[in-house]
Amino acid sequence: MTVAHNHIRLVLPRADFDLDVDFSFPARGISVLFGPSGAGKTTILRCVAGLEHAANGRVIIHGETWQDQHSNTFLPTWRRPLGYVFQEPSLFSHLDVRANLEYGLRRVKAAGTGRNNLDAAIELLGIAGLLKRRAHQLSGGERQRVAIARALATQPQLLLLDEPLAALDYARRREILPWLERLRDELSTPMLYVTHSAEEVARLASQLVVLERGRVVAVGAVAEVLAATDVPVVIGEDAGALLEARIAARDTQWHLARADFDSGSLWLRDNGMAMGRKVRLRILARDVSITSEQPHHTSIQNLLPCTIESIAPDSHPSQALVRLSCGQSLLLARVTRRAVAGLALQTGKAVWAQVKSVALVE
Amino acid sequence: MLSEAAWQAVWLTIELASLTTILLLLLATPLAWWLGHTRSPLRAAVGALVALPLVLPPTVLGFYLLLAMGPQGPLGQLTQAMGFGTLSFTFSGLLIGSIIYSLPFAVQPLQHAFEAIGTRPMEVAATLRARPLDAFLTVALPLAAPGFITAAILTFAHTVGEFGVVLMIGGNIPGETQVVSTQIYGYVEAMEYAEAHWLAGSMLLFSFAVLLVLGLMNSRNSRLLP
Repeated sequence: MTVAHNHIRLVLPRADFDLDVDFSFPARGISVLFGPSGAGKTTILRCVAGLEHAANGRVIIHGETWQDQHSNTFLPTWRRPLGYVFQEPSLFSHLDVRANLEYGLRRVKAAGTGRNNLDAAIELLGIAGLLKRRAHQLSGGERQRVAIARALATQPQLLLLDEPLAALDYARRREILPWLERLRDELSTPMLYVTHSAEEVARLASQLVVLERGRVVAVGAVAEVLAATDVPVVIGEDAGALLEARIAARDTQWHLARADFDSGSLWLRDNGMAMGRKVRLRILARDVSITSEQPHHTSIQNLLPCTIESIAPDSHPSQALVRLSCGQSLLLARVTRRAVAGLALQTGKAVWAQVKSVALVE
Repeated sequence: MLSEAAWQAVWLTIELASLTTILLLLLATPLAWWLGHTRSPLRAAVGALVALPLVLPPTVLGFYLLLAMGPQGPLGQLTQAMGFGTLSFTFSGLLIGSIIYSLPFAVQPLQHAFEAIGTRPMEVAATLRARPLDAFLTVALPLAAPGFITAAILTFAHTVGEFGVVLMIGGNIPGETQVVSTQIYGYVEAMEYAEAHWLAGSMLLFSFAVLLVLGLMNSRNSRLLP
């Protein structure tokens, strides 16, 4: 048996339920732990950090064993090469920003390349102008950016973020989200990110681990998990797919922009997005309808040739959720079961998906 | 003005209060940390023991200390075996008595300061590779600085103001155990009211100044807190 690069198995009895999880996550990108409050998300993070001790468990990060009950291994927190960003701003109030940033750096063994790391972290989070201030002179968003930079400066093998935006108001969240996207796209450090916010999942997640009452109910690449019909994972108002795309063209006459994804393209409202910009598109199941032949006289601008992957019953007995593959990408469509019968929809059938609405995730 | 005897008592008082403050802060820091963070069932009992000097008449405390330090007492036997003789009616005995008598005035502000900090800053330090002792020295202690200042001022002032314990275990020996409070008592006994006035008035001013400084500091600190 090969041991996954990043693997977490934890069993921990809690007052209201037992935490019992076992999952792996890739060596880079943001793996979001998603679930309702009290599902055990923060507990998992605290156990991975060694702040709480799950007697029964195994934590392997970057191929290193941080904890294993079989070999009686349990590294204390300060010996685990991790960075931790807490929910509430947690800067040391007796130090200024620079001293906060250097606190961890000074304690890392190989400090030779440390300076460069610190400078890179300062640049990556845009906090060069704040170095002489103290925590109480910063806004909530600035404090969290400093806290993230402080964690990154130690060159962690894993960055843990526990609802880093939850204590911030809407404007501050909007301010900090682009920085997190930048971390995801530019860092080779894997991140475990706890949230119960649909917005953050849609914008940030590369991998999704869905938790309910201490159990993992779904795990995988975010587009894959969101388009699953066996365990429908609803983030936000409705089930729907998530596509990674790039702005490739614009139609100035009709104020539309074209976003290309790996196996097709979609037109959406032109909000002035920069050409070539990477975007995430959210397509809700209720906005996708299916035709068995290519329609010609339709107001719908987005038509995609697809193959039916699976058909599953929806929450209401009149409805069905259809999972469609469009090249490498996945879509979800909600249709009536009468339509499924009428069009003789079945797995493997080639159909056309009509997409009525595409939302830019931002 | 103050006589030479009075000055001697003043200097002895300052020496006693300074030594008590220094030694007590060293002793109270780990004790306050433990009380502030432990979940041990002993916590309540230890907390009550620490607070005892707040409610006990000083004569009771002094009486038991006198017995303990006397030739037959456990402390007395120990110091005799070590070749120091007995501690009652000596400056060292007075110092031990002062430390016990002022214990709650050092422990409680520190404990409150440590509790107010909570566990989070120590966890943050651990995630930044700080060992527990390192985190304690570089995070918990600086954050608890206002608590240390309060504890030091209260301990010092309380030691200056003690009387009953001093009389019970120190007697009133000039240059050895005669402090300001017992000196005043002596003057009054001897009907030397002018001398008593000078010392008593100074004590009054000193005590008021201490409380004023503490009050100003607390209002400033509470403004600084988030």
